[in-house]
Amino acid sequence: MTAASPRLVLRGRDVTVEAISAAVVVLLVVVAATTSDTFLTSVNLTNLLKQMVTTGLLAFGMLVVILTGGIDLSVGSVVAFSGILAAGLSAGLPIPVAMVVGVAAGIAFGLVNGTLVARFGLAPFVVTLASLTTIRGLAFVYSEVPVTPSDPAFLTLGSAMIGPVPLITVIMAAVFVAGGVFLSRTPAGRSVIAIGGNAETVRLAGIDVRKHVILAYAISGACAGLAGVVLASRVGIAQPSVGVAFELDAIAACVIGGASLSGGRGSVRATFGGVLVLVLINNLLNLYGVQSFWQQVLKGLIIIVVILVRRK
Amino acid sequence: MSLVLRGVTKDYAGVGVLHGIDLEGRFGEVLAVVGANGAGKSTLIRILAGAQPMSAGEMRIDDEDVRLRSPHDAHRRGIRTVYQELTLVPGLSVTENLLMGDFPRRRGLIDWPAAHARAAALLESIGFGAIDPRTRAEHLTVARQQMVEIAKALVTEPRVLILDEPSAVLSGRDLDSLFALIRRLRERGVLVIYVSHRLAEVLDLADSIVVIKDGRVIETTEPARTSEDDLIRLMAGRKLEQIYPDRRPEPGEPRLEVSGLTRAGEFHDVSFTLRAGEVVGMFGLVGSGRSELARCVFGAEPAGAGSGAYGSPAEAIAAGLALVTEDRKRTGLVLGMSVRDNIALTTLEGPLIDLAGQRERIGGMIDRLGIRPEGCAPMAVEHLSGGNQQKAVLAKWLLKNPRVLLLDEPTRGVDMATRVEIYRIIDALARDGVAVLLISSDLTEVIGASDRVLVMAHGRIAGELRSDQTSEDEILAHSMGTLI
Repeated sequence: MTAASPRLVLRGRDVTVEAISAAVVVLLVVVAATTSDTFLTSVNLTNLLKQMVTTGLLAFGMLVVILTGGIDLSVGSVVAFSGILAAGLSAGLPIPVAMVVGVAAGIAFGLVNGTLVARFGLAPFVVTLASLTTIRGLAFVYSEVPVTPSDPAFLTLGSAMIGPVPLITVIMAAVFVAGGVFLSRTPAGRSVIAIGGNAETVRLAGIDVRKHVILAYAISGACAGLAGVVLASRVGIAQPSVGVAFELDAIAACVIGGASLSGGRGSVRATFGGVLVLVLINNLLNLYGVQSFWQQVLKGLIIIVVILVRRK
Repeated sequence: MSLVLRGVTKDYAGVGVLHGIDLEGRFGEVLAVVGANGAGKSTLIRILAGAQPMSAGEMRIDDEDVRLRSPHDAHRRGIRTVYQELTLVPGLSVTENLLMGDFPRRRGLIDWPAAHARAAALLESIGFGAIDPRTRAEHLTVARQQMVEIAKALVTEPRVLILDEPSAVLSGRDLDSLFALIRRLRERGVLVIYVSHRLAEVLDLADSIVVIKDGRVIETTEPARTSEDDLIRLMAGRKLEQIYPDRRPEPGEPRLEVSGLTRAGEFHDVSFTLRAGEVVGMFGLVGSGRSELARCVFGAEPAGAGSGAYGSPAEAIAAGLALVTEDRKRTGLVLGMSVRDNIALTTLEGPLIDLAGQRERIGGMIDRLGIRPEGCAPMAVEHLSGGNQQKAVLAKWLLKNPRVLLLDEPTRGVDMATRVEIYRIIDALARDGVAVLLISSDLTEVIGASDRVLVMAHGRIAGELRSDQTSEDEILAHSMGTLI
């Protein structure tokens, strides 16, 4: 992972972005723990662990696409569609099957995005902007009103605990671990990173660039589909309007984690750090009772500060 | 009245590139900096230009301590740099590129006739009057673009002018104008820091010469006290008795048979055979279709007609081919990735990559090819010098143990010492039974390093000559299509 983890020089020493993210996370936790009585309560911590799942899953998928030099703006819409599809289908199908279909829908959208980008050479921003609105529309076509799953077993996934940790958090962590192995240890993962650096060089090395770009969007779609299903199960209701602007948090997490939007540079661990930073800030401001609009303002400022600090 | 560096060091990610450079340039002299690829010349230039901070050491101008924080900082101190890479804005006229915002105005609007006149006067004053300031930069030849770059650096009348391989793309009259200009600048009291591989030029132009090797100044001398051979020996750290290898034995069975290969607008009805154990040179003028042919054989572009080309790079590689492209930055390397990851690109095998094995194989290849600086595997490949970048590209392919090696201009922008190493590598591969196609614009190289030479002209093979029975003149004549 040496090449993929961005480094910067701070007072003459090499400090990885990962270390900086870790430091910021620790700082936020310390501040939260010392200034708020509720932060360390088990209710809040469980909440925090659940809240990070959606952003976390989307951020990992987004990272893979960003590494190829692309972007996936459609993930928020996929969250809505996959969630509402799984919830709707659960009325007639076994719940696990309905959920798998929900995730599969996300993969299908990813394959379409990837094919349009890789095979037809369209700009990722434009392609996924189009699918953002298309898929959002499809979610409303499927159901204009929120879908409440009739079988309470639909909520099991979102509420089950493994010891003190929510099951969905464990699933997200597993995605990050597998994702880390994928990017650092598999030929496909290394290829994805190299493509973002110089696609022509990779093509001439005998690697199928199109296949890997499509794979990247499919991974993003799968993550978004999974995030949608998990969210519907956690909240207990699937809304066609959910997930607006989720893609921005996912992109923000990658950027805070040092990923380069032109591709070829980014780290799984630092991206996870970016997710933690975003989720902790949200949680902290909620505990302080700060208005959500101010949260948005602050989030924007933090992104700018992080990028400024990283600048050479 | 001088620019002095004392104990300048530089490391990238902990890998030392410069280990304490001391040098002194007086205003009003030409200071030549020579060294093999990877010696640290480019890094030194970037430090002088303010593009990279030094890790330690000091820089003094007129006994004043100077710390450059940016290229802009360097400009304010009167230091201008002309890099090998061109930085002109292609869509803008020469005038706009030269004046860069500082236009004469009339009633608030740009006074174009005056602006062009000012640009023309500037070009004329430095002996580049042949360039029309109204031309868009993209329509100039590379040589003329290079001249505009130099003119642009002179707009602000710098005290220090750094020229990085300025003669690489110039020839004939353009080169004469450049040398005349450098001599005039010297008389005006400018310190010209001249970096070049062309030692004859260096001996002709320079007042003092600094030889750099492995990030250190190993010699400071003057043209009168040295010679081309001396300099090469110093740069290489050993004597180069023989540039090109001995003749190889008769080749073996055919490894690549191309017949009637055609790609509309690029090359027509090309047939040739590469045999095991031979090096076949391919010469042709720019635009003769050599690179396109190699890319097509390798499957990077589809063929129109004929046989011998592969359907995709993956198929070609599976059949034992390797292609070192002519533009290593655009098609040979992923610049932001480490040397190791670049070399690994052709040999990614799963499901899980054996990192320890990969490290060892690549480390072995780095040692075998002598890629410098020492311990460069984790460095971003963009920090390597041109010659070492080229070796990294070669390393990537040698790991595949190719049966057929297509080399497109493998020594472009590579210094003499590294060239000799590359010729030795090619020779050793051929003796091991690899069939090598060596595409080159360098006539001496084409004759010296190959067994026979194919000459391309206007997209066709215009002649085939035995290297030991031909001459540069004969090859050149074929390449211009005058002997068909």
